[in-house]
Amino acid sequence: MNPGQPFIRWDWIASHTDDIVVRLANHLLLTLIAVGAGLIISFPLALLITRVNRTYTPVTSFAGILYTIPSLAAFGFLVPFTGFTVLTGEIALISYTLLILIRNIAAGLSNVPPDVKESAVGMGYSPAQVLWKVELPLALPVIMAGVRVATVTTIGLVTVTALIGLSNLGQFITDGINRNFRTPLILGAVLSIVLAVAADLFLLGVQRVIAPWERRARRAAA
Amino acid sequence: MNVADYVSSHWAELGQRTLEHLYLSGVSLFFALLLSLPLALWLGHTGKGAFIAINSSNIGRALPSLGLIAIFVSLPWFGLNDISTILALVLLGIPPILTNAYTGIREVDRDVVEAARGMGLTEWQILRQVELPLAGPVILAGVRTSAVQIVATATLAAVVAGGGLGRFIVDGLSVQDYPQMLTGAIAVAALTVLTEVALGIFERVTTPKGLTAGRGADTTPLVAPGPADSAVRPV
Repeated sequence: MNPGQPFIRWDWIASHTDDIVVRLANHLLLTLIAVGAGLIISFPLALLITRVNRTYTPVTSFAGILYTIPSLAAFGFLVPFTGFTVLTGEIALISYTLLILIRNIAAGLSNVPPDVKESAVGMGYSPAQVLWKVELPLALPVIMAGVRVATVTTIGLVTVTALIGLSNLGQFITDGINRNFRTPLILGAVLSIVLAVAADLFLLGVQRVIAPWERRARRAAA
Repeated sequence: MNVADYVSSHWAELGQRTLEHLYLSGVSLFFALLLSLPLALWLGHTGKGAFIAINSSNIGRALPSLGLIAIFVSLPWFGLNDISTILALVLLGIPPILTNAYTGIREVDRDVVEAARGMGLTEWQILRQVELPLAGPVILAGVRTSAVQIVATATLAAVVAGGGLGRFIVDGLSVQDYPQMLTGAIAVAALTVLTEVALGIFERVTTPKGLTAGRGADTTPLVAPGPADSAVRPV
């Protein structure tokens, strides 16, 4: 970095608030699409592996391999086919949410006591009603924990999609590297961490609102 | 030109980049182990510092790898070189080892430890002869997670002008050379998966038979904060 330059140029940050807002919004949007699409794909797969035991290992192993491949390598695979597009970024981001979401949804569902499910069947609930009205609400805390981990992880990963030209907080980091300029670099990294922590706390709040019984039960037990 | 042509005309470079990648990863893993393992074993043995040991994985998850490397690069003392990358890799490699080694030691049956103490073993002997062997598989799982994390993240060294296999991808992306970026992608993916598989086999071979009895499929949810959350964080 250039000697003599102040550690952080606050005036630079003040004159780039428009960029900050746009990139922050895009960062959130990329995260939202990835976790949303990840949930839509993971839910049926998690149902499958809890219902058909044989499918557990192949599904989680495949998701595990996707999870291990670094995003930069994923871009290397995808760009020749899908180009420098949001689609390329999202395919990679979505594939990283799968392992976390599938494992947590499956764990949540299989933690529901069999007695409870049997009582629901005895009361005349159809299989769909058992799933929606009994299993899902009881699995919600574990599922939400998975959504939180997936969201925090995705927010960190979105920064790397700046390397294929997508607009997000990662652009401050790549700008900083390319121009040898510390201020945007630290701004991008710090904002991305702040966003991850804020999203985690927000989802924790959501979890408490939609599943208040869990906290009440834990307090009663303590 | 396709991938096969590219590889056949760039053998030497591929070999050199692989060695650079292994060097960056190896040095980082060594320092991550050196810094975290003794601390985790001591914390686990004494039962101190549970909060730090268990939560370091969750804190690690929120750190953007690219951002972390970039911050080290930007600090006045480091700059665009391997040291910045290695420092970031060490930092990212510590949490899985710390969390797993701590949890592994804590999960050793306290009755067994008390029995050993009653038999007159010193604290060092308890750690060395009782806790370490019983916690071995959990500790190794943490080391595997850390190693895969480091090998995967080392790809990003290329973004800050470093070496390693990420070079092919970053250069390929910048000039839209598809065979070059595909070569890098395949090499990086192969190396990370290979690290995972090789250390997984090592773990299985070194686990005493008595410890594997009755162990079923791995159904641990990735709940935060949870014990022994040994999943790699994607990079």
